[in-house]
Amino acid sequence: MTIYLDHAATAPINEAAIDALNIAMRKLGNASSIHNQGRSVRKDVEDARHKLSELIGANPSEIIFTGSGTEANNLAIKGFFWQHPERNVIVTSAFEHHAILDPVEWLVEHEGAEQVLIPITKAGIVDLEVLRNVVQTRGNEIAVISIMHSNNELGSIQPISEIVKIAGKIPVHTDAVQSFGKVEFDFAALDVTAATISAHKIGGPLGVAALVLKRGLDLTPVLHGGGQEREIRSGTLNAPSIVAFTAAAEYAIANMNSNFQQIRELRDYFVAGLKKCVPDVSINSVSDPALPGIVNATFPGTESDALLLLLDTEGISASAGSACSAGVPRPSHVLVALGLSESDADASLRISIGTTNTKSEIDQVLAVMPSVVERARNAFVVSELS
Amino acid sequence: MKLIAAMSGGVDSAVAAARSVEAGHEVIGVHLALSSNPQKYRSGARGCCTIEDSHDARRAADVIGIPFYIWDMAEEFHDGVVENFLSEYSEGRTPNPCLRCNEKIKFAAVLDRAKGLGFDGVVTGHYAQMRETEIGRMMYRGIDPTKDQSYVLAVLNTEQLAGAHFPLGDTIKDDIRIEAKRRGLYVANKPDSHDICFVPSGDNAGWLRDRLGSEVGSIVDEDGTKLGEHKGAYTYTIGQRRGLGITVPAAGGEPRYVLKIEPKTNTVVVGSHDALAVSKIIGDRPIWCGPEPVANTEFRGFAQVRAHGSPLACTYLQTGTEIKVELDEPLFGLAAGQGLVIYDGDRVVGSATVASTE
Repeated sequence: MTIYLDHAATAPINEAAIDALNIAMRKLGNASSIHNQGRSVRKDVEDARHKLSELIGANPSEIIFTGSGTEANNLAIKGFFWQHPERNVIVTSAFEHHAILDPVEWLVEHEGAEQVLIPITKAGIVDLEVLRNVVQTRGNEIAVISIMHSNNELGSIQPISEIVKIAGKIPVHTDAVQSFGKVEFDFAALDVTAATISAHKIGGPLGVAALVLKRGLDLTPVLHGGGQEREIRSGTLNAPSIVAFTAAAEYAIANMNSNFQQIRELRDYFVAGLKKCVPDVSINSVSDPALPGIVNATFPGTESDALLLLLDTEGISASAGSACSAGVPRPSHVLVALGLSESDADASLRISIGTTNTKSEIDQVLAVMPSVVERARNAFVVSELS
Repeated sequence: MKLIAAMSGGVDSAVAAARSVEAGHEVIGVHLALSSNPQKYRSGARGCCTIEDSHDARRAADVIGIPFYIWDMAEEFHDGVVENFLSEYSEGRTPNPCLRCNEKIKFAAVLDRAKGLGFDGVVTGHYAQMRETEIGRMMYRGIDPTKDQSYVLAVLNTEQLAGAHFPLGDTIKDDIRIEAKRRGLYVANKPDSHDICFVPSGDNAGWLRDRLGSEVGSIVDEDGTKLGEHKGAYTYTIGQRRGLGITVPAAGGEPRYVLKIEPKTNTVVVGSHDALAVSKIIGDRPIWCGPEPVANTEFRGFAQVRAHGSPLACTYLQTGTEIKVELDEPLFGLAAGQGLVIYDGDRVVGSATVASTE
């Protein structure tokens, strides 16, 4: 038995994407070449870019393909920072993904940047009053404001339109990796300066993502080379993955509403069941607007790595906060930002439900949960005593 | 049985895990992260706590086909082993951190956690043998005399040993490497780790100086006459001859050795080789690896005071709180804090920590 409840980490690739990949991978040609084969591959890429731009409410030239969401986030953070040498402040929320926080910290250490973290309210939303205050007092020092569209551990959707209003002329980037394809996301309507989207979270292949960047804006590149993407991102275009990205996005968005409903029903069913079978569980994930399938729960008196090990031995895949480079689990900075103690953050799991999950799977998970939690508690008690 | 295989990333623990799987046990590989700030790469062949080592352990688990996890034991290791190492040295004693790690981490924190999670025990790549005998489950030396690790395991009590599994004790190291290669384990030719894993440079004295300071003190002879100066008494070892930096020659011209380290006065006492002779040892904190010997009764056996030291024929008795050893022949140079392990032939009887010597 294997039950996959880690869709926020990566989602199963869908058939539309596999078919698109299969065809495109057999096609010879570098999209930058001027000959017939090159032009043909280029046409596939540009068709994919065009279609993707329509799906996201952007102009085709606003899409810059990258190799990962992390790369797109690095490009946004470093690109905006280097583009405005007179502005050294970077504003983010306290619960951004490491792909935002770490480039900012790197710029602080190496390039004289100053990081301003906006706290999170109990509702899992960036504190707009603090943001407003920071913008009012330090607006002319801020190079970029980067706030994720939805949080990857809590699922809470952030008030990006309001943030854009508060920001005024300051560039706003949003990491929309968890949102795109799952909930309404329209680049033009949000009026953000830049956004990150990624293929593998929505049934596309790994290794392709995009930074959507308003027309007419320049960013200082991170990668230098052939200048393939608007002279902002270099590297041979990964044509098969780009084509498959669009195929996956089309599929995801065409089914978005029904998927949302299906996943949300399963999530609610799971949460109700979990509260019954583990009465002292506390649910950290937040009320709407939120992603459909994320459950974040604290199991007092446990450690997440013990819970994950035991679930894994039962064939159930879930996740916790991120791990360090050696693979050591760390208490989730997202939950700490939400106000949880380190020990509660360390006793928490993220379960992310997707379209491939079934009610019967949820029943099987609920059936083993009490024993898993009990054993994790036993392990915790003895390790505390020793 | 359901077993946790502690996998350091080295060849021994990888083969131990593989053998346990082959023996029909349900095995999960666990790498212990012992440093909160691990180095990326091994420097030379030291240690087992780098990111590269954890990767090696993961790849070994892949080859064996078992699940693999990393357990964060950095805090436990720091509090239980590193801090103890420092405080022992600062008190003029010479601790063995590997004994401490086995006692407090591998067969305590890890074994307890394993049991809590529903596992039956911990398997490691130590060279020692567990045998079922008429008087219970006993620990014996590994058959490879150059690799035998029963000494560093003698701090485990019967309860800990009940959950300990050492599948390599019946094999010599060379054959383990051959077996690792046959099993397709990439670590087959990985050099052995040695020295102290949390002192990656191997410079024990420098590491201690960085943490305990390098206050200048006196080097004196047995009469208290000052012969020279040192930078931190704890960087010396009982029996040490080289590196004393004494310019005044001894009366008879014979070399001088470190006899005593006095942390309170930061003094190092030196003297002749004969003065290092020890024929009586008193160890405290006794731990029994099997049935406790009848108290206040003399037994014949062997004492060992270093990981790869020779077994020394002796008479021993235990008082409940101490083990008293009388050696047939004196040994030269023994520091308080060292582990004293008692053997009955190849069977490990128990251990104590050297408290005093005569």
